[in-house]
Amino acid sequence: MNPEVLLHLDHPLTRLVLGLVCIFAFIGLNGLVLVWVERKVAGHVQLRPGPLHVGPHGLLQPLVDAVKLIGKQLVAPAGSDKILYWAAPLLAFAPATVCFLPLPFDPNLAPMRLNLGLVLILAFSGLGVLSLILAGWGSNNKWGLLGAARAVAQSVAYEVPLLLSVMAVALTAGSLDLYEITAKQGAWPWQWYGVKNPLAFFIFLVCAVAETNRAPFDLPEAESELTAGFHTEYSGMGFGLFFLAEYANMIIVSGVAAALFLGGWQGPFLPGIFWFLVKVYCLLCFIIWLRWTYPRVRFDQLLNLSWKWLTPLALLDFALVVIVAGFGG
Amino acid sequence: MQAFDPKTLRGDLSAARFEPGPTEDKLILSMGPQHPSTHGVLRIMLELDGEYILRAEPILGYIHRMHEWMAEQKTYMQFMPNMGRVDYLHAMAWNWAYAGAVERLSGIEVPQRAEYIRAAVTELNRISSHLLWWGAYLLDLGAFTPIMYAFDDREMLLDILQDVTGSRLTYSYFTIGGVYGDVPDNFASRCLAFTRQLRSRLPMYRDLVTDNVILRGRCEGIGEMDVELARRYGATGPVIRGSGAPVDTRRAEPYGVYNRFDFRIPAYPQGDAMARYMVRMDELETSCDIIEQAVANLPDGPITAKVPKTVKPPKGEACFAVEGARGKIIVYVRSDGGPKPYRVKLRAPGFSNLSVFCELSRGTLLADAVSILGSLDLVIPEIDR
Repeated sequence: MNPEVLLHLDHPLTRLVLGLVCIFAFIGLNGLVLVWVERKVAGHVQLRPGPLHVGPHGLLQPLVDAVKLIGKQLVAPAGSDKILYWAAPLLAFAPATVCFLPLPFDPNLAPMRLNLGLVLILAFSGLGVLSLILAGWGSNNKWGLLGAARAVAQSVAYEVPLLLSVMAVALTAGSLDLYEITAKQGAWPWQWYGVKNPLAFFIFLVCAVAETNRAPFDLPEAESELTAGFHTEYSGMGFGLFFLAEYANMIIVSGVAAALFLGGWQGPFLPGIFWFLVKVYCLLCFIIWLRWTYPRVRFDQLLNLSWKWLTPLALLDFALVVIVAGFGG
Repeated sequence: MQAFDPKTLRGDLSAARFEPGPTEDKLILSMGPQHPSTHGVLRIMLELDGEYILRAEPILGYIHRMHEWMAEQKTYMQFMPNMGRVDYLHAMAWNWAYAGAVERLSGIEVPQRAEYIRAAVTELNRISSHLLWWGAYLLDLGAFTPIMYAFDDREMLLDILQDVTGSRLTYSYFTIGGVYGDVPDNFASRCLAFTRQLRSRLPMYRDLVTDNVILRGRCEGIGEMDVELARRYGATGPVIRGSGAPVDTRRAEPYGVYNRFDFRIPAYPQGDAMARYMVRMDELETSCDIIEQAVANLPDGPITAKVPKTVKPPKGEACFAVEGARGKIIVYVRSDGGPKPYRVKLRAPGFSNLSVFCELSRGTLLADAVSILGSLDLVIPEIDR
């Protein structure tokens, strides 16, 4: 091979493109697996087997669903703002892909090492709510508008305790680089920040469920109230992209939680990537389990939970961490 | 929404009548007739300020099938299958109300065995109705799983009813003067097995669902209604019992053999959605009590009275009231002596219960309105008839 090509391979841009391609593959594959896991877990929670007939134990069911979604006609309702309407699903999906870049899957497999990796994830995941507003506004549907309004208030309310809980960990580790934060934790549970600072872990988990709009905090799409909320009017892959973005966001928050609180790739005996994926999938199953178990909270209860409980608790936790770090360090 | 234009007959008549209020920044929202929480084809026009409801107005008629008119075109017996379609969830109660009215009009005495079978299957049907309500209500509140457990219980029950009546939902098992067919030999043991199974499940439902903090938050203090309001609107059944008045047709004007059963009438004084919820959950146990007593005392004998092929009640009128799963069902029959009824009037409890909704939902959040609507346990085909 021409040695000049090898030089190009080490270029940051090449790494970025290669990383993005791998991430697309990762999201696509995990999206399919997660749909299957979600339906299977839901099925077994609900006294039924879940998908069973397409492939062994219904494994190919998500693939068939995806083909169906791709094959469907894309319809934009009359009176909708066409540009915003079609930009919204793309905008929902794009930030999700960027958020994967700083995730450390393994000591040797981190798509991009950034010393501000955590900030990048928080910034781009905050962008996701923009797509919900555009979807709700652009589709010229009153249910969509109500869903979008809910999404904004919810996102603002839960980003505050989320940031505070993340900052507490960053302060303990003394870094905003997820790779370094992971490296500072050990292989055993008592060395994890989730065990050292369980309050921050709890707050992060609750906020993560709220930020990804999953039940019991799925108010922007609250099916039984707003029919489907912000994505009421979307069909085919328009809906499919929102769906995929939701799963991608779930993987991101679980990945960040695993790296911040559960020691990321750290674990005894087995390779790092294995431990990372095990932790991520345990958290994902926990989120799925929540969805199929609890009723949905009401909107004012949701905001009360954030402003009256989680934010003060997160502040308290942050203050404690600051005091401990001040005396210890 | 396009306003109704009388020249072209296009647009939306109901929306055109629903004028926005005098203030700015109000949203007129049409909830239904296709909406996940309006249970069928109810349509509610809402005037919203943000998510707060300023005004709510139910619009009916999307599933009007002219049952009362149909009664005038059919003989007395031919009208019986319609009764299973009025309220498809508690078809037996409607069966009973119509059969009872015609029997009262023609002075037919129903044999004892038939009366006991009627009581048993009506209570079984009430349980299936309440279980479905329970699952659907929690679905409205965003809990997906309980309905599957409710359907699991219901499955066992529907199997029993299928073997007795031949159908699983729209029963027309009653006949004028009794019931169509006798129950199978293992009916009593299967009923007892079912009540045992349900009673063993109820504590789990209480722990996992009823005492859930989110559910309590969504139901307690929501849609509060005092007895006066309930009486003013003619609310009956679990809705008025949830306001603290233990009113029950089975006790107030006993029909069939209900005066021989020992059962409790649950009532909760809070008047909110949770009280109505608790009443229905308690009624599951009450119905189990009645079923157990009915199958234990099931007498031998004929299952139908001697009734002529063509029922021709004498000139006159009769009313028959029955306690349905949703409240007091009344069927009024007027005869001119011919083979067809001169007039049949059906009083559906859901209609009165729905009327309270306008008053209860005012000033609440959209999510609360869904909760209130669910707690009224509406079956729209019954309301529209």
